[in-house]
Order: sequence, then structure tokens, then C-alpha cells
Amino acid sequence: MTTSTATSTTATPTTRNARRVDPSAVVARTTSRSSLQATWVQILAMAWRALKKMRRKPEQFFDVLIQPLLFTAMFAFIFGGAISGSVSNYLPVLIPGILAQTALTVCMATGVQLREDMDKGVFDRFKSLPIARIAPLAGPMIADLIRYGIASVLTLVTGLVIGYRPGGGVLGCIGGVALTVFAGWSLAWIFTWLGTMARTAQSVQGISMMIMFPLTFLSNAFVPAETLPGWLEAFVKVNPVSHVVSAVRDLFNDGAVTAEVGWAVIGCVVVVVIFAPLAVRSYSRKM
Amino acid sequence: MADLSAVRAESLVKSFGDFRAVDGIDLHVRQGEIFGVLGPNGAGKTTMLRMLATLLPIDGGHAEIFGVDVRREPHRIRQLVGVTGQYASVDEDLTARENLWLFARLQGLASTRAKSIAGDLLERFDLQEAAERPLSQFSGGMRRRLDLASSLITRPPLIFLDEPTTGLDPRTRGQMWDTIRELVTDGSTILLTTQYLDEADQLADRIAVIDRGRKVAEDIPDALKTQVGDSTLQLRLADGSDTALAADVVRRLLGEEPVLTPESGRMNVPLPDPDRAADVLIGLREAGLRISSVSVAKPTLDEVFLALTGHGADEPQMEAAR
Repeated sequence: MTTSTATSTTATPTTRNARRVDPSAVVARTTSRSSLQATWVQILAMAWRALKKMRRKPEQFFDVLIQPLLFTAMFAFIFGGAISGSVSNYLPVLIPGILAQTALTVCMATGVQLREDMDKGVFDRFKSLPIARIAPLAGPMIADLIRYGIASVLTLVTGLVIGYRPGGGVLGCIGGVALTVFAGWSLAWIFTWLGTMARTAQSVQGISMMIMFPLTFLSNAFVPAETLPGWLEAFVKVNPVSHVVSAVRDLFNDGAVTAEVGWAVIGCVVVVVIFAPLAVRSYSRKM
Repeated sequence: MADLSAVRAESLVKSFGDFRAVDGIDLHVRQGEIFGVLGPNGAGKTTMLRMLATLLPIDGGHAEIFGVDVRREPHRIRQLVGVTGQYASVDEDLTARENLWLFARLQGLASTRAKSIAGDLLERFDLQEAAERPLSQFSGGMRRRLDLASSLITRPPLIFLDEPTTGLDPRTRGQMWDTIRELVTDGSTILLTTQYLDEADQLADRIAVIDRGRKVAEDIPDALKTQVGDSTLQLRLADGSDTALAADVVRRLLGEEPVLTPESGRMNVPLPDPDRAADVLIGLREAGLRISSVSVAKPTLDEVFLALTGHGADEPQMEAAR
């Protein structure tokens, strides 16, 4: 007992009392908001945290591993003959559709995980620190880019194994995957906003499902829009997911950067511009 | 700086629905002191602290920290205050070292500097050996220490400690007290909440007693304690009929009025100084009065409350929403 106190008192003062805390100097140094550069550093730090968590909980990769494999194979063999006459004819239609669906599933997980995360004690500290309010939201979304990447590449590879031969070549495929990742990241802001609004992770899951299913199935992801009744076709044509799917098809199958690509990018940017501020506002209010 | 106050709050109010968790509290904490906020569960201590730390919006009143308006400039306040919560606010999925590195990076320290500060703090809080272990293996005391270490990365001039030793064993509690005293030596100001009179007495320069969202007393610990007596001598006489005689002895020796329960031969004597207990015992022996049991008790929070508010601390109160 006596020895331990003796060592601690002799060892510490040299480092600690070197400079005393001076309140007025600290007050003078304070800033009323984080600079852009500081915000970027904070976002990256939060992304690092999300990556660490991913590595320690690999089970959260289930959705991005299983879904591309299972859904691609299942949909190709079940609907291939009925919709396009054969599996190989259906693959160019299906693969971009599955990509969009998988990206939306990953988005959904973003919202649910954020909600779970926010209930933890550490978020009290994040809120009490002088950091930009967007950092805890945007950080995990950067880490999620990896999940979109894995899901997209895996879907494409499954397609290639089944017999898909994209006409767009390597560049077209890279472009298509990049667009999917960007679209996923943009749409994730909707689910992040939901995550900051809802009371529980379960409710985020429920609401997200209700958004995700109409968005994917009421699009041209799995069937050509022309086969649908007129009123439904009208909705399908304005559905942003349809534009992303068409754009990815153009890139994969023809290697062409068409107007659809432009519309898809514009649509995604609009989503970010609307939902990112909404999410940040709702997060800072929930203090 | 002419104004040497660290915290200046006037008529702070926080309501949850119809329930006023904090109901018009004034608080004035001077620079360089340890200010204790004492009160039972649900009295509004945590709610008040969370408002001052910008974790809860202030519903009414005004608060300044080092002259900076809490409501208008939350980002500035967050640079001035280190918050250590009642429930450790550290990341369970990261190691201790990773936690400190992350919090340092978030506050703008370069990566290498963040690493060296994390190392320093782990050493200072005696956590080096556990630095790479997952937090799930940490004891309550280690978690608290890590939590406090996380609040000190940028050496904030004001530190909030919300019940820093609740649930800790006596030895760990003593270590925490030493750490808190060191912080003040380094020039920090501390605002701490506690349920233990003993803790407030040990640490605080001044104490505010909070009850049901209101401040019922504010003073230096000694002054508060004299309101209830420093401690109580509890006696049981072998012969119950002797109580009146024993009371005379006490009055003569201490000038205090004992509380008598003649049926059971009990007598409670408020002691201005625990030392005087011996005087009473000797006086009783000289008077030929025999004692069957004796004990000296410190005043509990409950007794302070009874003295200050007229009701006990453990009466059911609404739990303040966190």
C-alpha cells in the first residue's frame, strides 16, 4: 500500500504539473464550430471505429455474402425461362436488378445499426465532444462502402459463374459497380434519417422493409416495365431505383454512359441533399 | 478575467411532460474548487448536469460556463467541459487504447500525438496491462477509470463527474477520490454529483443539496453537517429506568439534548465532535449507570435530508428521465 502510493506520487508530478490548466486561455482558443478539415478528420475517425467493429463482428457480413449468392442463383433459374425465355437471356436483365436490391438491403442495415449504436453509452460521449454533428452519421456510411463493394462484386461474380457475359467489358463492369456503390451510399441517408427518428432498432427495421420492398419490386429490377399495367408502369418509371437499374444495365451490357446514368447520378445527389441535412438535424435534436 | 466563476446558472428548468425534473436551480461554481451536488436518486442531479453539458436542451433559465452561454454556444461549451457519466460512456467494442485514440482523434489531435496521450493516460490510470483487452472483461472500477481518462484528453478546465464512485468498492473509491483531488491541483474545476454525504464531505469545497428538482441548501460541508450534528452516539442502558438520569449527565457534559426512548432504555446523543463520546461514557460510569450497548454513527444522507426538508431521502420520487 505505502510503496504503491509512494511510487505514484513521485512518478506523476513531473508530467502533470508541467503546465496547469488555464481556463481563460482555453476559452480564448475555443471555436464556435468545427472547420471543414476538422470535420473530415472526425468523419474518418468514426469510419475507423465502424471498420474496427465490422472486423470484430463478422456476422454482420451475412447479408452482403448470402443475399447476392442466393438471390442471383434463385431468381435466374426460377424466373429466367418465364420472363426472358432462358436463363442466359435473363441474366443481363437480372444482375443489375439484384445489384440494386442488395445495395438497398445494405442501406437498411445502416439505419438499423445506427439506431442500435445510438442507444449505447458511448454516444453520450460523442455528443459531449466538440465534433461536427454529421461525423457520427457519416463515419459508418464510409465504412459501409466496403459492404456495398463486397455485395456488388459478389453478385457480379455469381452472375459470371452462372453464365452472364457482360457486353460492357471490364470498364463497363467497374462503372456499373461504382454506380451501385454510389447509389447505395446516397440512398443510405434515407435510412440513416429513419435511424435517428425511430425509437427502437426494430421499428427502423420494420419501416425500412416497407420502403425497400416497394422500391425494389415496383421497379424494372426483375421484370421489364412494359409488361406492367399502365398505372404501375407510371410509378416504375419515376422510381429512382429503376433509373439506377437501367443505368447499371447500360454500363454492364453496352459499356455506354447513357442519359440514364446521368439521371441516376442526379437522383442520388438529390436524395443526399434532402436527407443528409434532415438526418443531422434530427440527430442533433435528440440530445 | 474579472469574473472567477466556472459555472453560473440561474433558475434552470427542465420538464419531462408535467414532471419538473429540475425546477429553478441556481448554481455558482468558482474556478478551482470542487463543488458537490448532493441528493437522492431522481432528485434532478443528472438532469441538471446533462443540461450544463449540452446533452439536454435547457427548458428555462440561463447558464454560463467560463462566461460562455450554454444554450447559444454549445460547441464552445463542449471544448470547455469534460463529462464523465454515471454509466461509463466508452465504446464496448473497442479496447481501452482504441477508445482513447478515437476520442483524441475526434478532438483534433494528430495520430501520433493521440497515440502518445492514450499511452500516458493508460499509465496514469493504471490501465496499461488491460490496454489491449476488450472492455467486456473490464471491472466496474476499470471502466470508470477509462471513462474519466477519456474526459481528460484535452485537459478541459471544467470536469463534470456524475456519481463517480457509485457501485465501486471502498478501495477503488479511495483511488478515485485521490485522482479527483489531483485534477484540482492541476488547475481544473470539478462539479460532481453524489448520493453519499461522506463523499461530498471528503471532496467538496462547497455542497448544494438538491431535492425534487430544487436546491434546499448550499454551504461548506462543515456548516451543513453542524445542522444535523457531526455524528450520533447511540446508547442502550442496562436499566431502562435510568434514562432520565443519563440524560442529565449528557446535558451537563455536552449541553446537548439527547433523544430518549425510555421503554427500551435507548438514548441518542448528537455529538458536536466524535471525541466527546468518551466524555459521555466516562460521565455515565462515574454516575454508576450501566450500558448494555454503544455505537457511534455518522449522519447519513437520510438524516441530512430529514433535517433540511422534513422528509427522508428514500421516499418514492419520480425517477428523472436520463
